[in-house]
Amino acid sequence: MSVTGLPDVVAVAARPPARRARTSLMIGLVLLGILVLVAILAPVLAPHDPDAVDPNRVLAAPDGSYLLGADDFGRDVLSRTIFALRVSLLVAVSSVVVATLVAVPLGLVAGYFGGWVDTLVSRPLDMILVLPALLLALSLITILGPGSTVAALAIAVIYLPILARVMRASTLVTSQQDYVLAARARGSGHVATMVRHVLPNSIGPVAVQGSVLTGFALQLEAALSFLGLGTQPPTPSLGGMLADGRDVLSLAPWLEIVPGVAIALAVLSFLLIGDGLRRTLDPDGVAS
Amino acid sequence: MTRTTGPALALDDLRVSFPSAQGPVSAVDGVSLELRPDEILGLVGESGCGKSTLANAAMGLLPESAEVSGAVRLGDRDLTILAERDLRRIRGDEIAMVFQDPSTSLDPVWTVGDQVAETIRAHRDVSRREAKARALKLMREVGIPSAEQRYGEPPHRMSGGMKQRIVIAAALANDPAVLIADEPTTALDVTIQAQILQLLDGLRQRRGTAVLLITHDLGVVAQVCDRVAVMYAGQLVEVATTEQIFSHPAHPYTEALLRAVPGTGEPGAELTVIPGQVPDLAAPPVGCRFAPRCPFATEECSIRPPLEGDEAHGAVACWHPRSRDREVTAR
Repeated sequence: MSVTGLPDVVAVAARPPARRARTSLMIGLVLLGILVLVAILAPVLAPHDPDAVDPNRVLAAPDGSYLLGADDFGRDVLSRTIFALRVSLLVAVSSVVVATLVAVPLGLVAGYFGGWVDTLVSRPLDMILVLPALLLALSLITILGPGSTVAALAIAVIYLPILARVMRASTLVTSQQDYVLAARARGSGHVATMVRHVLPNSIGPVAVQGSVLTGFALQLEAALSFLGLGTQPPTPSLGGMLADGRDVLSLAPWLEIVPGVAIALAVLSFLLIGDGLRRTLDPDGVAS
Repeated sequence: MTRTTGPALALDDLRVSFPSAQGPVSAVDGVSLELRPDEILGLVGESGCGKSTLANAAMGLLPESAEVSGAVRLGDRDLTILAERDLRRIRGDEIAMVFQDPSTSLDPVWTVGDQVAETIRAHRDVSRREAKARALKLMREVGIPSAEQRYGEPPHRMSGGMKQRIVIAAALANDPAVLIADEPTTALDVTIQAQILQLLDGLRQRRGTAVLLITHDLGVVAQVCDRVAVMYAGQLVEVATTEQIFSHPAHPYTEALLRAVPGTGEPGAELTVIPGQVPDLAAPPVGCRFAPRCPFATEECSIRPPLEGDEAHGAVACWHPRSRDREVTAR
């Protein structure tokens, strides 16, 4: 129903960017919500013990009991995927959260003060940035040993300079705004001005970048686990499951398809959220 | 607030320059000016003549790259040599500022009321509730209808005039002795401009706040200013009462500026312009900076004329002042 009396088509055509932003944000959030719910409720939802070995069901095809088939040890693929999703989401989210918590203050200080403070903060971060991501992760894991915690830490180190640069760039623009000078003219000190006025107006692009990076972090965790450097067996992980199923691809394709689809859906949900946030925060596409 | 009998704010041979690829650009060059308590002093000049730099210098808000010499005296302190933390205590408390564009000088993420209350809490040890009560009182004082409802609104829901009232309320929150208003009406409609000017004038009368009103609009000056200081290329060229400036401008630049106001000549007549260009401040002319554009310039003008005069006639920095009655007093 149109209140103005104009045909509804006109009203819709007048605001497509906002609608599209909402649509992709909503789809992303619903999808992520389902995945997170599945991950949290894993012990309840999983039809079987993910580690239970059944020699009679080695590489069994999907059927009524093992809905998505069994792997080369006769373990239920569905249950293992549900538990693996748990680890993968946890590693992806915690790595980006840690990186953001460090990157935001660094970028804020560098962008707000500029000059030698900026140099002091930004140059070391640039040094991390020049190293290839996977090589950096491999070196850290070599030093600290494999495992999901170290993988999360490695991913956090890789994303730290990216997020800090986004925050710095955004802060550079915000710091020049009249309301920042006005706040100082009203007697607000540097710290209060940064926290109260610059930070809230600069954080948007970091939220966008952060949600996109969480998707990539999930991929990176899968890649590390695939190489045997991330989550260690017997804990199920999406990357590890892909590695296990590789040799029997032609016999039991469900070993690859199921974790592969799970990775794709999780990454997609983060990308949709990032895209929706970007369109919402920056409807004219100025920053893109 | 203690009010001394001396000037509320005094600039003493203030010089500000910025480094540039062409060498230092002198934006403010030896300005001495006194702002008296209770008065509205208009600071007039073209864009880029150093008005806003002067305002920011008076607030201690210049970027670190700026070279400052001379003094900005507020009471018995020189703001140019104070440490940042002492300056912070003074800004928004004893000296406050209203910016040109209210749509950009309020933070979009905070409600308008919060921004008024923030100013109070930055300087007074009061509870949130107390700060809010004071902020509401200020919002009513600057003429915001149904202040309670509007307190929690974000700036973008308000009109330009209302936003500028909020900015003024925040500036006056701690009853400053000096208010610097940097083109406070330039971004507003003409009808709203008059309201804001009346508001400033009324507040000045009720509270005794000295106002330095920076503008390039001579109409604004005529409406509210007691005295006028005319600035050209970083230097003061004339300081006099508003009446004198309009009836007997002494400096050729002031005279030319008045003639350039549209609507003072015959209808349909061509607008008067000042020939020539504003000088490059990286390499300004020696002596009087207006001399290259001045029809009355002589060899003498290569020496900088001092700003001289008396209370009754105003002061002018010119070797060949215009009005006959002042030629005598200005030697």
